[in-house]
Amino acid sequence: MSIEFELNGSKTKLNPQPETALLWVLREHLNLTGTKFGCGSGLCGACTVHLDGQPIRACITPVSAVAGKSVTTIEGLSKNRSHPLQKAWVEAQVPQCGYCQSGQIMQAAALLESNKNPSRDEIVAYMNGNICRCGTYLRIIRAIKIASAKVNEG
Amino acid sequence: MKKPDILDNHTPRLSRRRFIAGTGGFTFMISIGGLINGNWASANEDSEGSKNKGSNITVWVKIDSEGTITILNPSAEMGQGSMTALAVLIAEEMDADWSKVKVEHSPIDPKIYGRPGWGGRGYHMITVGSFTVSGYFKPLRQAGAQARYVLLKNVSMKWKIPLTELKTEPGMVIHSASNRKISYGEIASFAETIKEIPEIPEKSLKKPGEFRLIGKYVPRVDIPEKVDGSAIYSMDVNVPDMLYATILRTPVNGNQPESFNEKEIKSMQGIQKIVRLKHGVGILGKRYENLISAKRRLKVKWSKGSPAEMFDSEKILEGYKNIVGSGKKGGHVLNQQGDADAAIQNAHRIYSSDYFSDHVYHAQMEPLNAIVSVNPAGDGAEIWAGTQSPSGAIKAVAKLLGTNPRKIKLHPCFLGGGFGRRSMSDYIVEAAELSKTVRKPVKLIWSREDDFQYGAFRPMCLQRLVAGLDADGKLIAWKHSIVGDGRRLLSSGAKIPFYDIPNQHIEILGLSHGVRLKHWRAVGHGFTKFAIESFIDEIAEAEGVDSYQFHRQVMHNSPRALKVLETAADMAGWGRKPPDGHAFGISFAERSGSLAAGVVEVSLEKSSGKIKVHRIWSSLDAGIVVQPDNAVAQMESAIIYGLSSVLSERITFKDGKVQQSNFHDYHVMRISDAPEEIHVKIIDSNESPSGIGETGLPITGGAVANAVAALSGTRLRHLPFTPDQVKKVMKS
Ligand code: FES
Ligand code: FES
Repeated sequence: MSIEFELNGSKTKLNPQPETALLWVLREHLNLTGTKFGCGSGLCGACTVHLDGQPIRACITPVSAVAGKSVTTIEGLSKNRSHPLQKAWVEAQVPQCGYCQSGQIMQAAALLESNKNPSRDEIVAYMNGNICRCGTYLRIIRAIKIASAKVNEG
Repeated sequence: MKKPDILDNHTPRLSRRRFIAGTGGFTFMISIGGLINGNWASANEDSEGSKNKGSNITVWVKIDSEGTITILNPSAEMGQGSMTALAVLIAEEMDADWSKVKVEHSPIDPKIYGRPGWGGRGYHMITVGSFTVSGYFKPLRQAGAQARYVLLKNVSMKWKIPLTELKTEPGMVIHSASNRKISYGEIASFAETIKEIPEIPEKSLKKPGEFRLIGKYVPRVDIPEKVDGSAIYSMDVNVPDMLYATILRTPVNGNQPESFNEKEIKSMQGIQKIVRLKHGVGILGKRYENLISAKRRLKVKWSKGSPAEMFDSEKILEGYKNIVGSGKKGGHVLNQQGDADAAIQNAHRIYSSDYFSDHVYHAQMEPLNAIVSVNPAGDGAEIWAGTQSPSGAIKAVAKLLGTNPRKIKLHPCFLGGGFGRRSMSDYIVEAAELSKTVRKPVKLIWSREDDFQYGAFRPMCLQRLVAGLDADGKLIAWKHSIVGDGRRLLSSGAKIPFYDIPNQHIEILGLSHGVRLKHWRAVGHGFTKFAIESFIDEIAEAEGVDSYQFHRQVMHNSPRALKVLETAADMAGWGRKPPDGHAFGISFAERSGSLAAGVVEVSLEKSSGKIKVHRIWSSLDAGIVVQPDNAVAQMESAIIYGLSSVLSERITFKDGKVQQSNFHDYHVMRISDAPEEIHVKIIDSNESPSGIGETGLPITGGAVANAVAALSGTRLRHLPFTPDQVKKVMKS
């Protein structure tokens, strides 16, 4: 079955088995390995990407579900790490092992899209599906605050 | 040759380091193998248990004519930030201009596994470093000083002036007398090879007051590529002509596959090969998604009779109690001083308490995986893996192939977490075994469920503590018995070197259950320090003494430890009234040569039994801290990892089978349960650095238990303190 969708701004056409998880298509067919496999069951958030701007878990999304839609992965979030969240992530020195961080940043980016100035509680509620086993949570909150302040400055 | 001037007071020895000048720059090669004791591969390994004596690490430092200093680093980074520390140590003594330092991955042909340049990033390679800073503190600074010597020597020859008249500022050699200076880049453009590089003894290195980089804020070099998805973990490596693999492993450790529906599976779409392994059945194919479907359909009849079949972790606790109460002699004694039994008999007051703890799982974020390519002749292999033990992995694969370890090449990758799990090589050997059957590269991916089911856990145990006090309320006797499987894993942290108790007996009463166990972050310190610190608090409470004061009294002979404890207490304002419905708890622990203390502030929702940790004030004495911000990050990390295990993590076995399978029934801490604040204070020190990656962890169990006791009068003696567990204890 042929599936067409927009991936990081470019038209993409593939012939996968339609029930294949978007995660494996991105990682193993298209070599976009920034999106991570953590649990395969929608429980950890490591595989978070945007589907038409909304955060979804690529590990439980069949590729057929993205037909005709637009997918953004961490590789397409910005050029040269220029997204305010990526800059804030460096400023707050968030990552440790780093494995969860693509998912964290994609989830946080969706948050800032819908809420330019989230409170601490709003951040915590929105980010609760993303596990960081290295325990970088307090720095994640700090970085989102930094980025939101920058965004609001204009 | 004239004796090297800066070393007038030492006998020059020919260094093992090599320095090569070439056109437009020079390269300095540092071999560190054999120079350190202990294990370099794993910040999480237990030094007591480790036989890994370090492997041959070679670091290259290149200076080009632009003055860029490139440090090529061939080892692994799992989040502890040590690849930055390595560069800092070399750069410090070189007097390098940090803005010109780059840490690069060691040279592997990018064509082999680099990925095409999407996003304009070009081919990407990764090989990075995980070094225990304490082990490398001296040799790497010495190497940096030697590189500086080479620079100075070249200038002294060029300008025909004695080397002693030269000094350095970051990136510059200076001759004050003639008011001349020259940059490292310029020197690199004419530098000549120097055959004899003297060893530089420790006393000639910079004193802490002279440090420009050590102890200052230096951003971690691995962070930029971890915010745009370009950092490469082995999970991300793709090799041409590679097959994917999955394995269905025995649910009970030790049993073997007897038969399986091979025909049916072989006929499924995309399945290329099925391989019977000792502990499972491997399936290989071109597409990973096909393997997932095939594995679901695979039906294996397993052999019976492994000892693990008898193991039921909930039932075994009663058995543990019988053992510890039986007065059984012949345990493995960890410390014996004075006569603990006699002192307890004669004690004025005696206290005794039992503490339990369940198995816990590493839950490193990146499930285990490896790519191995066995060559057509079957006598050599390439490995791509994130491993805490590269030398162990190479040896194990060489053994499997019956070949020389030199024929095995390992490309290290970033580790998506290690925590001790990646110090085992089982997942790499599996991939090698599968690759051996097809003589093609094989990428073996463990599902999260595989990672649970075939995990290697921190062991459960029962600890009985008995103490005797004299008429003045002084602790004079201490008995600590630990019952469980995994002897050396249980012994970690059981000793109490900073507590002044004259009569001690600390022992392990070992059993074997046949299940898979392994080092976990801080090994056994998580549960042994929980028991010790809870017990101290219980005694203080029974004696009507403030827990902090009681700690101080027991620690009175250890000024360094006292200072750590007092710092944390001061930070928290120990003694003040906590906010309504909250309480404080305190604890102290040593780990990897470092000391830490913590005060936690908790509340408890009585209806649900849920404990909330609001704030933590912690202090750390880790000697000289090379990267202070990273040390704080490591404390935050270890505290959260520790709290997670204390509040919610629990692996149980039934008939030898692991009962948990993913993050829905094994709860690791999420952001909503993280403390609102974690305060960390690093104590100034001129001592050699000691480990920091784990030191925050052992303080968590005791501090939380003590705070809950202060709040509710409920004493929690069984890790983890899940809401159900807390309610049960509150009722009884
Ligand atoms: S991998 Fe998708 S949520 Fe965990
Ligand atoms: S940085 Fe390691 S899991 Fe988040």
